[in-house]
Amino acid sequence: MSAETEIKVAEKKPWEPKIIAFFCNWCTYTAADLAGVSRLKHAPNVRVIRIMCSGRVDPQFILQAFASGADGVLIGGCHPGDCHYSEGNYKLLRRFRLLRRMLGSMGIEPDRCRLEWISASEGDKVKTVINDMVEKVRNLGPLSIPGHLIELSNKELGIKETEILREEAVAHAG
Amino acid sequence: MSSTNGNGSPRIGFYVCHCGHNIASVVNVEEVQKFVATLPGVIVSRDYKYMCSDPGQELIQNDIKEFKLNRIVVASCSPLLHEHTFRVAAEKGGLNPYYFHMINIRENVSWVNTDKVMATEKAKDLARAGIQRVFFHKPLIKKEVPINPAVMIVGGGIAGIHAALTIANAGKRVYLVEREATIGGHMAMFDKTFPTLDCAACILTPKMSAVKNNPNITLWTYAEVEKVEGFVGSYKATVRHKPRYIKEDLCVGCMDCIDACIYKEAKYPDEFNQGLSMRKPVYIPFPQATPQVVLVDPETCIDFKSRRCKKTCIEACDRDAIDLHQIDTYEEIEVGTIILSTGFKPFDAKRAPQYGYGKHQNVFTALEVERLVNASGPTNGEVLTRDGKKPKSVGIIHCVGSRDAKTNKWCSRVCCMYSLKLAHLIKEHTDAEVYNFYIDMRTPGKGYEEFYDKLLKEGVHFIRGRVAEVTDWALMPEEKDRLTIRVEDTLIGTVRRIPVDMVVLATGLVPRDDAQEIRRMFNISCSNEGFFLERHPKLAPVSTFTDGIFIAGACQGPKDIPDSVAQAGAAAAEALSLICAGKIELEPNTAQIIEKDCSGCKSCIPLCPYSAITFKDDIQKAYINEALCKGCGTCVAACPSGSIIQNLFEDEEIFSEIDGLLKFAGLETGALCSTEMEVQ
Repeated sequence: MSAETEIKVAEKKPWEPKIIAFFCNWCTYTAADLAGVSRLKHAPNVRVIRIMCSGRVDPQFILQAFASGADGVLIGGCHPGDCHYSEGNYKLLRRFRLLRRMLGSMGIEPDRCRLEWISASEGDKVKTVINDMVEKVRNLGPLSIPGHLIELSNKELGIKETEILREEAVAHAG
Repeated sequence: MSSTNGNGSPRIGFYVCHCGHNIASVVNVEEVQKFVATLPGVIVSRDYKYMCSDPGQELIQNDIKEFKLNRIVVASCSPLLHEHTFRVAAEKGGLNPYYFHMINIRENVSWVNTDKVMATEKAKDLARAGIQRVFFHKPLIKKEVPINPAVMIVGGGIAGIHAALTIANAGKRVYLVEREATIGGHMAMFDKTFPTLDCAACILTPKMSAVKNNPNITLWTYAEVEKVEGFVGSYKATVRHKPRYIKEDLCVGCMDCIDACIYKEAKYPDEFNQGLSMRKPVYIPFPQATPQVVLVDPETCIDFKSRRCKKTCIEACDRDAIDLHQIDTYEEIEVGTIILSTGFKPFDAKRAPQYGYGKHQNVFTALEVERLVNASGPTNGEVLTRDGKKPKSVGIIHCVGSRDAKTNKWCSRVCCMYSLKLAHLIKEHTDAEVYNFYIDMRTPGKGYEEFYDKLLKEGVHFIRGRVAEVTDWALMPEEKDRLTIRVEDTLIGTVRRIPVDMVVLATGLVPRDDAQEIRRMFNISCSNEGFFLERHPKLAPVSTFTDGIFIAGACQGPKDIPDSVAQAGAAAAEALSLICAGKIELEPNTAQIIEKDCSGCKSCIPLCPYSAITFKDDIQKAYINEALCKGCGTCVAACPSGSIIQNLFEDEEIFSEIDGLLKFAGLETGALCSTEMEVQ
């Protein structure tokens, strides 16, 4: 399937929230594995990126995810006091609080960016959090920043430039 | 280390695993395979039944050679399970193992999602992210660090003892740290062991003295680990020696001080005998205690209360071993690996008030009865009620604090068997009628079912039903001044009242009160019920998520003596395998500074929990000591100039993953959807 036809197919599908998750290798990622081993069924809308510590989450990752079309971002780290690397989760928490405030002023609802402490044994919590977050984001509706950018350029640049943007997107997918 | 080829334009081999039906029944693997084949850089895209099998791995190796592949992506189970397997396969094929990337479509997709279309879409997104990511992978070299061959074992029950002896017999140094004044743990309290009925002391005490006498074992009793630092290969532990007010090296265990104590009568509850007998303020836990050293209890010793005791104990000791002014002392040790065998705690029977423990004096816990039937116990082996009578009938209530939604849901595994053992011993000692009240009899194990069979033939009564209550409220004349067990006998479908003279509560096994603190100190995890969590329930049952820390015995979950010993042996073997390798390979996921980009702002320096980052004053740049870096990436995320990179988790790698996961996501709904909304 070429990238162009993929766009067309994608356009026809009903909207489903897409959520990017950053899971700490030592706790939440393991808990997600446990949820799998225990066959705890949950919503298929979350795509997980494994990192070694929630402290590795750069605010840019979150912004980039939204900019690339994510409807929500979920971060899973170790409970306070339990960080595999002593205190990476605290360092993340500071950044997260600041970033959430900033996201709010950018018009991105707070429920779209969520931080959860999930220990390696809490497979059921992975399920609950994912289902709950998908539900909340579904109610908020699509964020679709890339789409809005095109819409914006439709108004400001006219149809021709939009076509170029779209072609670029297709070329990028190459 | 293999060659570090793979530079130049990426030639990616992609493999999606069916995992039998585990993945293929939910994810359309063929569709994923065909989709990935269209992605840039992909030379080979295949699906295969079992990628982790030998033929699966050979497939990768052959393709590397045939198609000159320089990147490998496998979509299968969790990287926590098989990343290592495939890295080795890539390395065998002649590729640097870090050109491999693994995508989890089993635990993260097929096992948790049901919608086949959505699951396949998700798998495709994850695959695309992985393909985009490996473009940025670099060849890396594993870090090797030497390992300190000494081992610290925490907890001197049967598991700790067995692990200590195994390692010491291999010629390695062992520090065995035990909180109590003697090693032996719970096993030392038992009289007989099921199903062979051999005497617990006869099999345990020789091992205890072997520990004491082994030149490779440093035995520290009455000591606790206070702090642990470092990582696999070089842990540094601080151990606190609690004051026993006796100079351990001088005391020979003659016990003259106990006789000489100003208290003529023992009047304080003896912990080892579960409070069924009394001890003096200066005491030895039990006759076979190892080491044979007495201790003074400052809570009950007059001299600690008033400082005006005549100190007859000091006068009696001709070796001057008593020192009532001892204080905590601390010792620091360096070890390469640690085994935790901190054991369990019996369930607190008061949490099941319907059984009247603590209210009716003749309700006993199983551990109390273990002491009663023990020849060296408080009654010298006579089973007596608290009013000193021989019971004519005894009821044993199973599953107290186990398999109960109100307390603990888990099966404690040992209670059925020890209840059978106690039933046998009580019958042997008293010839009483013995009733077992059980939900299900669980007797899996070598010779266990046969033991149950033997008990059935011995005339012990078995009544199937969870006991409702134990009461002293007599309805019938034969219930007067006795305890009555009220239970629904589910096999005959009627409620019965059974009067007995003694009730034994088969209490379950629960985690120790301070299991959470211990877990934090050693940086490991607990499962939901609070027992220590193993790295993998089947494939790594004694490993933890922290390398070099192993668990053995009932601290990992309820288990009997044979299982504890087997686990202890396994933990010892795991530790020895690290020690014998002489060095440890560490993940090369450390961070480094790109000097030319570093602005010298120093924001990274206070973030590092390992003090691995220093500031080079001469060039005004930060510097990361790779030997100290553990690879969390916190500094990387915080660097304002983006001048720190973390191997395996570089910014480009993660950004390309984000991009791969979301390609066109915004466009699905973008302009089209919003115009539709406007129309509405």
